[in-house]
Amino acid sequence: MKNSRPLSFHVPEPEVRPGGMPDFSKVTIPKAGSVQRPAVDIDPREIRDLAYSIIRVLNRDGEAVGPWAGSLTGDELLEGLRHMMTLRAFDARMQMAQRQGKTSFYMQHMGEEAVSCAFRRALEPGDMNFPTYRQAGLLIAGGYPMVEMMNQIYSNEADPLKGRQLPIMYSSKEHGFFSVSGNLGTQFVQAVGWAMASAIKRDTRIAAGWIGDGSTAESDFHAALVFASTYRAPVVLNIVNNQWAISTFQGIARGGSGTFAARGHGFGIPSLRVDGNDYLAVHAVAKWAAQRARSNFGPTLVEYVTYRVGAHSTSDDPSAYRPKTESDAWPLGDPVIRLKNHLIRIGKWTKERHKQAEAEVLDTVIQAQKEAEKHGTLHSGGKPSTRDMFEGVYAEMPPHLRRQRQKAGV
Amino acid sequence: MPRMTMIEALRNAIDISMERDENVIVYGEDVGYFGGVFRVTQGLQQKYGNSRCFDAPISELGIVGTAIGMAAYGLRPCVEVQFADYVYPAYDQIVSEAARLRYRSAGGFTCPIVVRMPTGGGIFGGQTHSQSPEALFTHVSGLKVVVPSNPHDAKGLLMAAIEDPDPVIFLEPKRLYNGPFEGHPDQPVTPWSKHPLGDVPEGHFTIPLGQAVVRREGTAVTVLGYGTMVHVAEAAAKDTGIDAEVIDLRTLLPLDLDTITTSVKKTGRCVVVHEATLTSGFGAELVALVQEHCFYHLEAPIARVAGWDTPYPHAQEWDYFPGAARVGQALVETMEA
Repeated sequence: MKNSRPLSFHVPEPEVRPGGMPDFSKVTIPKAGSVQRPAVDIDPREIRDLAYSIIRVLNRDGEAVGPWAGSLTGDELLEGLRHMMTLRAFDARMQMAQRQGKTSFYMQHMGEEAVSCAFRRALEPGDMNFPTYRQAGLLIAGGYPMVEMMNQIYSNEADPLKGRQLPIMYSSKEHGFFSVSGNLGTQFVQAVGWAMASAIKRDTRIAAGWIGDGSTAESDFHAALVFASTYRAPVVLNIVNNQWAISTFQGIARGGSGTFAARGHGFGIPSLRVDGNDYLAVHAVAKWAAQRARSNFGPTLVEYVTYRVGAHSTSDDPSAYRPKTESDAWPLGDPVIRLKNHLIRIGKWTKERHKQAEAEVLDTVIQAQKEAEKHGTLHSGGKPSTRDMFEGVYAEMPPHLRRQRQKAGV
Repeated sequence: MPRMTMIEALRNAIDISMERDENVIVYGEDVGYFGGVFRVTQGLQQKYGNSRCFDAPISELGIVGTAIGMAAYGLRPCVEVQFADYVYPAYDQIVSEAARLRYRSAGGFTCPIVVRMPTGGGIFGGQTHSQSPEALFTHVSGLKVVVPSNPHDAKGLLMAAIEDPDPVIFLEPKRLYNGPFEGHPDQPVTPWSKHPLGDVPEGHFTIPLGQAVVRREGTAVTVLGYGTMVHVAEAAAKDTGIDAEVIDLRTLLPLDLDTITTSVKKTGRCVVVHEATLTSGFGAELVALVQEHCFYHLEAPIARVAGWDTPYPHAQEWDYFPGAARVGQALVETMEA
């Protein structure tokens, strides 16, 4: 059959652009508690529906319902709330510090606090995260000192990375936080390698890889899934779908696939989709996936459905590509408010105590900031030494670098 | 000392390294059961089990990316890319990750990996089985780049590379796998068993990275080369009767500048040879360094003999490959300049 009509070229477009009314009517949100919780040794072919639904625990009334509820105690949830509030306050202060010229750059987590904060609680000491630049909750919830984070952001004399790295590209082996790279997707496949190593050594530790919706388009995403699948690596592969890759809506990376989680099916990897703004659901799913990995059942792919409320970075203005009020219309709400309401509902929390906690958290962050600024900020005060610039390229400095260091006068 | 081919020497190096350190892990495409398309890893899976030596999916980025993760865990992966021509999918992982990991994490994480890859032409490999991409790696801070030219060095350098705390790009001239090659395609190939550098010490030994060696002592002109071109340069000296001092660089990064400058200051003349294409090739760096450090000793312009600035052709193999005749001509011209 001959078709002489010209072909047309397809480019996905978001529903709404600036000036339009935010519209998430096409996003189907299943009821809290409606998705099954399979056994961790389930055959992935039996839970294909989980990649197309959304696992949710907290309902509209702030109640924890369904088979995924109950993975944390009330006190643990209170701690989780504090972690998220701390990350939010930390973000706000560092955003301001960037505007004040104390650092060159910052990236916020606004709206995504539950993902990294709750996930961290499902890990055990010794497990290793391979994060992107938007999982600082792994550090906050893991007890990494806030002052150290700020020292890194300020590139000051106490910067643990000696001024070599762009702000927020933290690194801490002790806290299970692999060195963040500016090159997107690279760490996703490295996480699989770390997990393979753990299995090779018959260790009990597991790895977690992290990637955003946009970066799933990188080849590293594919390689990670192939290797994780082939070697049944003990790894949790996390996709944080915050709907946006800078100015590019998630449909550009997702294309015709129904969800990002569904990509796992082609690799035989159990793939779950979870409400990323539901602290309880994130934790329950993370725990399920971690348990699967630790029990030697292999990798799990998890898509966290959330929304990037803030700008991509301090160098970005989202009003140029999406409606200003879009985040208000986001149907999964705000992770902090949802957990707060749940804790009030179960009698563990009150509005007054929340207000008080906000003030306490802010005070803690300001104290840390004062402490960090004693060591300097990007343009004033103590700085890492110029010698540090030449160190650490290799374990031992080779002759050509020694010559260059001498030339630099240090 | 037993006589070995370069393949046997490399295999022996990996075998001993695996035996000495259970953190040494070997994998790549066809590396496991089959023992590698060039047989370098033959028998290793059988000896050490498939958790130490195994086959990988056809994904160079996956092979190197997982190796970096393994190194971060504490292992010492020695992985293979089947041909250097196919390393490009892994380039981001090598340049942005392996090379930078120690620096960007201030030593919190390190990357003691070796990426082995057969390199070079002279085998009718055409465009994608003949390339010499070393300059793409010598330009990267944080990497070490090694190119052996004989079985003895191949073993000592590979064992040193595996034990090295930094990422090493290990380029194996496949033209030299079974015997030396002097750049005379019309002459019969001699096996390593007839060459003194086919004598390989038994057991563990290392050749420190960053040390060149004078392969042929001479007084007239210094030839800087590595890999297959070392043998070609020696043949050119013999053919022309010019008393050239031939230096085998062995490690390109970090480079043994002292051996180079000592020689050029003695001879006053320098010819740089490599198979890789000329423009922005590693030869340009060598020329710049010699010019900078030996300017007042130079009696003639520094010459370069390299692959032409074209993709590696198939039918025109011997018009492309910088053989003994072309190197000899450069020696003559440099002596007459």
